[in-house]
Amino acid sequence: MEYDHIVIRYGEIALKGKNRKMFTSRLQENVAAQLKQFKAIKISMHRDQMYIVLNGEKPDEIIEKLKNIFGIQSMSVAIKTDNEVELIKQAALHALQSEQNAKTFKITTRRTNKEFPIGSQEFNHVLGGHLLSNTNGHSVDVHHPDVEIKVDIRAKATYITSRKILGAGGLPVGTAGKTLLLLSGGIDSPVAGFLAMKRGVQIEAIHFHSPPFTSERAKQKVIDLAQRLTEYGAKIKIHVVPFTKLQQKIHQEIPHGYSMTVMRRMMMRISETVAKDRDILSLTTGESLGQVASQTMESMHAINDVTNYPIIRPLIAMDKEDIIKIAEQIKTYDISIRPYEDCCTVFVPKAPKTKPKSDKVQYFEGLIDFSDDLKETIEGIETIDIKKDIGIDKELNDLF
Amino acid sequence: MIYLDNSATTKPYNEVMESFEKVSKAFYGNPSSIHQLGIEAERLLLKAKEQMAQLLGISEQEIIFTSGGTEGNNTAIKGIALKHQARGNHIITSSIEHPSVLEACKSLEKLGFTVTYLPVNQYGLVSVDALKAAINEKTILISIMHVNNELGTIQPIKEIGEIAKQFPKLYFHVDNVQGFGKIPLNLQNSGIDLCTFSGHKIHGVKGTGMLYIKKGTAIFPLFHGGEQEFNYRSGTENLAGIVAFVKASRIILAEYNENDGKLNNLNKRLRALLDSHSSIVINSPSSYHAPHIINFSIPGLKPEVVIHALGQKGIYISTKSACSSKTPDESAVLTACGLAKDVSESALRVSLSYHNTRDDIEIFYQTLCEVLDQLIKVMR
Repeated sequence: MEYDHIVIRYGEIALKGKNRKMFTSRLQENVAAQLKQFKAIKISMHRDQMYIVLNGEKPDEIIEKLKNIFGIQSMSVAIKTDNEVELIKQAALHALQSEQNAKTFKITTRRTNKEFPIGSQEFNHVLGGHLLSNTNGHSVDVHHPDVEIKVDIRAKATYITSRKILGAGGLPVGTAGKTLLLLSGGIDSPVAGFLAMKRGVQIEAIHFHSPPFTSERAKQKVIDLAQRLTEYGAKIKIHVVPFTKLQQKIHQEIPHGYSMTVMRRMMMRISETVAKDRDILSLTTGESLGQVASQTMESMHAINDVTNYPIIRPLIAMDKEDIIKIAEQIKTYDISIRPYEDCCTVFVPKAPKTKPKSDKVQYFEGLIDFSDDLKETIEGIETIDIKKDIGIDKELNDLF
Repeated sequence: MIYLDNSATTKPYNEVMESFEKVSKAFYGNPSSIHQLGIEAERLLLKAKEQMAQLLGISEQEIIFTSGGTEGNNTAIKGIALKHQARGNHIITSSIEHPSVLEACKSLEKLGFTVTYLPVNQYGLVSVDALKAAINEKTILISIMHVNNELGTIQPIKEIGEIAKQFPKLYFHVDNVQGFGKIPLNLQNSGIDLCTFSGHKIHGVKGTGMLYIKKGTAIFPLFHGGEQEFNYRSGTENLAGIVAFVKASRIILAEYNENDGKLNNLNKRLRALLDSHSSIVINSPSSYHAPHIINFSIPGLKPEVVIHALGQKGIYISTKSACSSKTPDESAVLTACGLAKDVSESALRVSLSYHNTRDDIEIFYQTLCEVLDQLIKVMR
């Protein structure tokens, strides 16, 4: 006997009333997309649970992938049997024996199929007795068992599970619309993207690239970051904005104390245009309170001035240490700390205004006509589709 | 030919050589160069770290690629000692470590450090209690090997790690050159701060390896220069060797998983055969022992004579470890275990890989018997 199924339990989705169908079918799509490489498996949906039929695939790797999918509360490997007492006994014994370190156990039977001849309580005793007489040194502990074996007797079949593995929580990506993430290459913005995705939001990313002042390495870094994020939600598009010319003009024409604020405002304008074009209804940034330079209250106010679009700032009240913790957990940290300059660190004025005044910014901007440059910049945007395994990566991976 | 000297070195995997050649030819750029070739080489280097980190369940920042076991051990021991000498100058190691550990410690003694060389019991096992008792307020480093290269004894690394955790001032280094791919060693939450790996012992290429340095552990680098490897090991990266090492690591770990029990079975069979021979004494312990190393003695016979006689028949084994077999003295490891002089002077080592077969063992033993019959007649 062997584990032949994975049971997936939904999290918050269960609460979402009439929208439930939309949530569960999106979750099924996301699961299917992340598990594409496992050719033999079958996914089947039920009202309150999803089942993956393994058909011989190994469960461990699949569970690792499932841990990254939002909308899953928990999962367990399961044995499916017919509703027959002897088969269920065998399966329960297998479940206990495959938990090597477990000394104590508890059986919990749930019998939604009332036609099954033995009541839940009584069946707990039947199974417990069977396990005790077929193992050595195990005992029953109903309060703090090392392993809880769950027996779920349904209309057509029974599922026997033991270990419960926590899922990522949150909501299925794609159930809460789409946002455009300003992805710089630093530590914060990928975490912001991750947290937005966790709440069901699908992301596209925008990155500002200033060759030759910023290198191919900086761009590659952003592609690598986006690729990490695809672990949580299929494909991600990156819009790479050729920012050199506009940035140089700002540097030349705007008083240095204000050039950074103006640059940020230009980024917002460009981002809003891209979002509008692609029917995306919000922007997301990695900004948080109490940071220096561009993220002071005055600075945020002056920068936010140029757009009506909602700006989602998932990190706004988080401590830097907590942000780093998440970055490490989602494995973007090691990429983010690669030491290449991004466009925000080239042309940095010696003394940027940390408290820019909105009226002054508007005044300086008003003296110069940027409209043609903006138009040209937007026309030059290159869009890259990041999928799970792309060209050069595959070539490199093959070497290992 | 039957090759039974896999703890000295191994034959590289074909797949490893393919990658080594491909990388040497196609990725010859310097990872530090700014141009496209440099970028590609750097990408490959980052991939290598990523893959290795995944294999060992550690972070990419905890990996320093090295030229092998000797460099790893020297970097770890001297690196910790020199960096943290203000905290204390006492080092604890065991008397049966590899020469690259023992000699590194001895060199530090010349610089004013004090070193405790823990004794071992007859099986080559370090006593955890003795280790605990040796720790004082000046102790900054414990260096203990995972699997002994001559006997195959597995040291109680987990227990030592638990002790090391209780002393926040102290670092714990493990030489895992012989254990990697044979005996699992968990690097997370194990109390291990540094861990040495070598490529050519796992069917990689010579001159490759890795030092694990746990996040937050600072060392004084042995090599200064271009600040590669987080400034812990300057020098242009041996990219082809690094890729080869990572690939060999992946394959050896897969072989470990696929060949569950194979080495144990070969070991059991060989032990039974050797045990049945009246002139042979088995030195490797039967518990706390890695299955790929079997050490035995033929008291009264010069071991190199046996090696030469077997060599003539195309069978390769070794006397003690290759690294110290140029000195005619008895095995320091076996002497430390308290074995009699005629035993420690006549020790031979068979070391297996996953590619050895039951036939190899049978033929080896048969040939050994023939060789012994002749030699014992002549020499006694």
